Amino acid sequence: MCLGIPGKIETIHSASEYERSGKVSFGGISKEVNLSLVPEAGVGDYVIVHVGIAISTIRKEEASKVFKLLKTLG
Amino acid sequence: MKYLQEYRNGDCIRTVAAELEKTSSRPWTLMEICGGQTHAIAKYGLQQLLPPGIQLVHGPGCPVCVTPQEIIDGAITIAAMPDVIFCSYGDMLRVPGSVSDLLQVKAGGGDIRIIYSPLQALHLAEQNPNKQVVFLAIGFETTATANALTLSLAKQKSLHNFSALISQFLVAPAIRSICARKDCQIQGFLAAGHVCAITGYEQYHQLAENYHIPIVITGFEPLDIIEGVLRCIRQLEGGHYRVENQYQRAVTQAGNRTAQSLLKTVFKISAQHWRGIGEIPTSGLILKEEYASFDAARRFNLPTSNRADNRGCLSGEILLGLKKPCDCPHFAQKCHPQQPLGAPMVSSEGACAAYYHYRDQVSVNGSALPNSPNR
Ligand code: SF4
Repeated sequence: MCLGIPGKIETIHSASEYERSGKVSFGGISKEVNLSLVPEAGVGDYVIVHVGIAISTIRKEEASKVFKLLKTLG
Repeated sequence: MKYLQEYRNGDCIRTVAAELEKTSSRPWTLMEICGGQTHAIAKYGLQQLLPPGIQLVHGPGCPVCVTPQEIIDGAITIAAMPDVIFCSYGDMLRVPGSVSDLLQVKAGGGDIRIIYSPLQALHLAEQNPNKQVVFLAIGFETTATANALTLSLAKQKSLHNFSALISQFLVAPAIRSICARKDCQIQGFLAAGHVCAITGYEQYHQLAENYHIPIVITGFEPLDIIEGVLRCIRQLEGGHYRVENQYQRAVTQAGNRTAQSLLKTVFKISAQHWRGIGEIPTSGLILKEEYASFDAARRFNLPTSNRADNRGCLSGEILLGLKKPCDCPHFAQKCHPQQPLGAPMVSSEGACAAYYHYRDQVSVNGSALPNSPNR
């Protein structure tokens, strides 16, 4: 139940402060996700979603660092 | 899928494993905190890819495992009441209470709804004004944030028929209490990436310093975990004890400030009873007075006794990393996922259930590491 999975924001709409939400695609399957806690995230960004709520925006530059490390090992 | 599949690539994982082999000169024992990581370690057979001296032991970060029996008993009492819709994550239904479990209440006609998000419980409360909707709000900082969001919306909307039965845990005090034990054998920690996405990791520097122990904030995919292990072993071999962030794509030192302020608005820190482990000071989050009207324990007058935990289950020792599931005489004998004796056998994030489901990987060698399995 504690899984957080990455998904891509497709749409965003806002009602009240804690009701910013949108469609997030998880490898083709779209789900309604609350986006209130990632105010910096926009359409096209990837977020980590946990129990229906986005908790963090994935930082693209950092995501590739693991693979840079790998190259130095290779 | 992006940000998922590439971290499950078997070749990359083996490259890091080979580097680990070169790096480690002696045995080391590391603990991964989060049940999600335990699950991935068992599923991908990661222990078998490590040099033989490096042991991963499994920490207390499975909310299903540590939720006290009295909360389960309280949930059972409320869920059996007429005019109540009781909402819970599916995993919680089979956790044994002192005499029964939620699944039996459901089979007996109790209106129990399995949800994947607390916001669903909120919608049920809006749609059913004549029912009391109660949500079993368990979890660590990550889930507690979702609970806080839900409760603040309930307050905003003045939903008088909504309440939460709360059992929430904080990770850092648990790490501290594990380090402070005289019998502690843990030499390094892989901290829980998604908890740190919320909390950040400023508070871990002091822990690493006080106990001379490396702490690596680690993600959940197999490549993340094995890289977390490598970073930890490099520190140990070099005699260092720092906080490092392996999971930089999702975690910053400061964490999610919006989430932190929301948590502070709704909850305050308290002592917390951990199933199998006992009470740990300042390791829980309970409702602030302004939110007390949403407290299901109050609304339904639940008794506040701490009943003893149960029946020969070694969960406490398992959750503190002192024993492994296979050390328990009941493992896969009297205790299995269909009939769990203890909570760690219930959730797939519980160490016992993870070992049970992947007992082939756990006992066989890791050469059959899948390239891109789905969860
Ligand atoms: S195998 Fe069952 S009884 Fe033994 S520690 Fe795990 S949950 Fe408890």
